[in-house]
Amino acid sequence: MIVADRKPFEEILDSIKDYKKIMLMGCGGCVTICFSGGSKAVELLASQIKMAKKKQGKEIEIIECTPERQCEYEFIDACKEQIESTDAILSIACGVGVQTMNERFPDSITLPGQNTKFMGYPVKHALWEERCAGCGDCVLEWTGGLCPIARCAKKLFNGPCGGSSEGICEVDKDTDCVWQLIYDRLKRLNKLDNLLAIRQPRDWRTSTNAGQRKVKFEEAML
Amino acid sequence: MKSGSRLEKVLIAGEFAVTSELGPPQNADPEVIKKKAQYCLGKVDGVNITDNQTAIVRTSSIAAASIAISCGIEPIVQMVCRDRNRIAMQSDILGAAALGVKNLLCLSGDHQSFGNHPQAKGVYDLDSMQLIAMVKKMRDDKRFLCDDPIKEHEPRLFIGAVANPFADPFEFRVLRLGKKIEAGADFIQTQCIFDIDKFSKWMEMVVKEGLHKKTYILAGLMPVRSHKALVYMKNNVAGMSIPDEIIKRMEAAEDPKEKGIEICIEMIEQVKNIEGVAGIHLMPIGWESITPVLLERAGLLPRPEV
Ligand code: SF4
Ligand code: SF4
Repeated sequence: MIVADRKPFEEILDSIKDYKKIMLMGCGGCVTICFSGGSKAVELLASQIKMAKKKQGKEIEIIECTPERQCEYEFIDACKEQIESTDAILSIACGVGVQTMNERFPDSITLPGQNTKFMGYPVKHALWEERCAGCGDCVLEWTGGLCPIARCAKKLFNGPCGGSSEGICEVDKDTDCVWQLIYDRLKRLNKLDNLLAIRQPRDWRTSTNAGQRKVKFEEAML
Repeated sequence: MKSGSRLEKVLIAGEFAVTSELGPPQNADPEVIKKKAQYCLGKVDGVNITDNQTAIVRTSSIAAASIAISCGIEPIVQMVCRDRNRIAMQSDILGAAALGVKNLLCLSGDHQSFGNHPQAKGVYDLDSMQLIAMVKKMRDDKRFLCDDPIKEHEPRLFIGAVANPFADPFEFRVLRLGKKIEAGADFIQTQCIFDIDKFSKWMEMVVKEGLHKKTYILAGLMPVRSHKALVYMKNNVAGMSIPDEIIKRMEAAEDPKEKGIEICIEMIEQVKNIEGVAGIHLMPIGWESITPVLLERAGLLPRPEV
């Protein structure tokens, strides 16, 4: 899932300072699951904003709305009329939702209320960790299912570096060295041979290097 | 002969090699480099010129190496993967060779978060293993990484790499050394050794695999002036093993500088007697002036004629 984290409240307030009527828009997808952008989060943030505005002696009208997904026209189109009656939209979906809104409603501005972080999953209650950087050429097949791109601070393909110590990454005391994990896992699977071959330099064109990427599903194209 | 560097010749001749280190300054003063170079002149077989060590901006290692060459020093240019992509690296490799550099040490590099620009975007287009293989390809196959030919004047470099016997997973460290050799490492400098027992154990494994016959291993040693430096490293530098006994000896010493020299000389003797060790690499960080004194007392001067 996509994991996003709320922007600092002051930053949010500042971004909407010129507007009297806004739509606060959540998303029923990933951000609902990571607690930061579902309908409950929308409700909470709306009252927080109203209180802050009141303190400043200002009024704001907020329409709340949480479509099933903010990243598909089908789900956001239902809000069209309400959107036209507002000065701006504050979105607490991920960056994809924000952009979908801006493209679908070019006469309104949709502002980001979240910092979109990564693709990951909750490793335990209320703790999400990054697992995939969307590099476009997955190597999990030979690493025992552990990603050296999203999880190694140096994106090594022939790790671990000399700073791996007692299972911990040299860059952050709270993070496992993924190369130690890869080693342990391959040992367990009796596949340490995978680490003997020198892995060749990566072709980064599949990653974020060559501009915007696209995926076509030919069979489904009209 | 791969590069014709002094270091290569000394090692081929079977002499016990000595290299040391010179950190370029955080300014544009060539005099600092020249002054530090004087401590090494004629005393060692090669001098590592660090590449923005600990991710702190300093004079470029290749520029500093060029100044060192003008002082009569043979530099070992360090190149890290943190700051440059494959295009810039190959360009710098050509440039270094054109300036007369004959040794290149390939490392992944200290992560940018440790330095004075933690906001920087780390590059890591290649890792150290891939960098070693690329330099070898340029030298031996006379080809760029993309396979385009280098029609003439390919960079003739003696290729170095580092190994840390004290990092984890311990069992994998020897296999990883094997990979670096396969990639093209002609010589290896190790992380600073304070834990001789662990280093000996590692060297036993290295010898058992026959790796000491495929590359030259230089044992990394660091003379220290105070027990505080050791305590700091023990607590703050990942992948180092510093026995309490050495810290106690330093702490109890009346003249810690003298004790530091003594301990370092003791270690030189010890590593000399370990099978497979072809030389030492001295890292007198911030204490460069001690290099000639130390080597004189350790009986490693004068350096052999090659
Ligand atoms: S290798 Fe690439 S695609 Fe696979 S998990 Fe890692 S970042 Fe994602
Ligand atoms: S310690 Fe491990 S995870 Fe951290 S940079 Fe080194 S190899 Fe990567």
